[in-house]
Amino acid sequence: MIFAFAESRGTSLRKAAFEAISAARELGDDVHALVVGPSGIAASAQELGAYGAKKVFVCEHAGFAQYNPEATAALLAERVKVGGYRAVVFVSTAQGRDLAPRVAAKLGAAFAPDVTSVATSGDEIVVTHPVYSGKAIAALVLNGAPAVIAARPSTFQPARTDGASPSVETIAPVGDPSASRVVVTELKIGGGGKLDVSEAAIVVSGGRGLKGPEHFNLVEDLAASFGNAAVGASRAVVDAGWRPHSDQVGQTGKVVSPDLYVAVGISGAIQHLAGMRTAKTIVAINRDKDAPIFKVADYGIVGDAFEIVPALAAAVREARRSG
Amino acid sequence: MKIAVCIKRVPDTETRIKVAGTKIDETGVKFIANPYDEFAVEAALQLKQKSGGEIVAISLGPDSAQETIRTALAMGADRGVHLKTDGQPYDTLSVAQALAVELKGYDLILLGKMAIDDYNHAMAPALAEILGLPCVSAVTALTIDGAKGTAEREVEGGTEVLSFPLPAVISTDKGLNKPRLPTLPGIMAAKKKPMESKPAALGAARVTVRSLALPPERPAGRIIGEGAAAVPELIRLLQTEAKVL
Repeated sequence: MIFAFAESRGTSLRKAAFEAISAARELGDDVHALVVGPSGIAASAQELGAYGAKKVFVCEHAGFAQYNPEATAALLAERVKVGGYRAVVFVSTAQGRDLAPRVAAKLGAAFAPDVTSVATSGDEIVVTHPVYSGKAIAALVLNGAPAVIAARPSTFQPARTDGASPSVETIAPVGDPSASRVVVTELKIGGGGKLDVSEAAIVVSGGRGLKGPEHFNLVEDLAASFGNAAVGASRAVVDAGWRPHSDQVGQTGKVVSPDLYVAVGISGAIQHLAGMRTAKTIVAINRDKDAPIFKVADYGIVGDAFEIVPALAAAVREARRSG
Repeated sequence: MKIAVCIKRVPDTETRIKVAGTKIDETGVKFIANPYDEFAVEAALQLKQKSGGEIVAISLGPDSAQETIRTALAMGADRGVHLKTDGQPYDTLSVAQALAVELKGYDLILLGKMAIDDYNHAMAPALAEILGLPCVSAVTALTIDGAKGTAEREVEGGTEVLSFPLPAVISTDKGLNKPRLPTLPGIMAAKKKPMESKPAALGAARVTVRSLALPPERPAGRIIGEGAAAVPELIRLLQTEAKVL
């Protein structure tokens, strides 16, 4: 049996919840999931079942209205221990990165984050994990049970199954979630709830080639033309204060693996490539035909971003209208 | 306030990686202090400037870890503790157990949210669990007021504001501050600051590196054209080849 943590915010599941189940299903068919949240989160149990959870544990408590690291980790560790699971799977989101090591430490379990593949071989679980800014891939053997694994975001795609409805069990928290020492007092949603680069299927990023922050509207408009794309940025423009750090793609920013990554006016320093080289398709638009970004771009266009980007945005709109 | 800062020696980001067995070939590799740990050192220095106290820089690793401790001392930390190992161990929990032995009695334990070599993002929460302390990971803002603290951390699409009591374990993210560069007098002074070296009491390792390989190469890049004239071809490829439109 494999355990999956179904990440939520308020009474809504996050995409990571389904990705955790997908990764867990690669380790075994009998996947159980846990979701915690305020009153109302129980309604999400059926959806977790539709993505492959055979059993869903639900814990509703007002103390889970915001992310509650201590109470969530305590409940997870207890549930995994009691259930005798072979592995527990998270996704390396802000929550997953914080929770998974806590649970591993509580269980004294082998731990691997940002995992890009999982496999069982006999009694062993072997995972791959990019290291050194993605310049090498480590194959790690996780010894002993349970193993604690966090999947790299956007790597294990959610997949609906035709399985029967999950069995749902309501469980009580461990201790009082309202008595946690660490308390999230506020969640500030940035920029009108805009899509985060680490979660988007399409990311359009801008770099120094845009010449100034006032020209980022070009990139924003190209992102808008795709419908639901996030806007990213290179380190150079974040360090220059044109864009917030939360938008930065790269070694000291976010690692993204979207279906499509469009780099506008980004030269492609190692530090940037570390953040986006696992995108399925890379498009680069740059004035310098020798820019390193063209070495990784599936489709490169050499030229002036100020001319190409508006033309591309119009063409994407047209293609989506007629498609 | 008594502050511990954990700091790791890592290969420079620009290093060209060559694999040698289950490790990298260190020949010619330049090593630096983990950049995320430098945010932790800077945060400690700013807190000490405000409310006084002592900053202890702790690093676990082979003898070369002492160079990294000297970096923190040159920035302004007061003394160093080197937990000596043969080589740099990989397993997070094993290292956390050794660090935890040394981290008792501090008001604040600061470290980077991740090391740029192993990309594990795990040390602060693991340490906090072992020490039984509150933890906030990957903070981009930090305020300490007496025995209480507030911090902010980036989450997908937003920012969480958190409160916590001291003592606590806090890991630092880019955006928290701009680490100062060591000054020449700082570097000279660092040579005279006390540094203790003792064997690390590593816990049992549960994770073994079976192999280390270079990532699969992306197919060689392809330039499909110049200027806006290439846009129709790009649209065609995105529709028919990449199938993302």
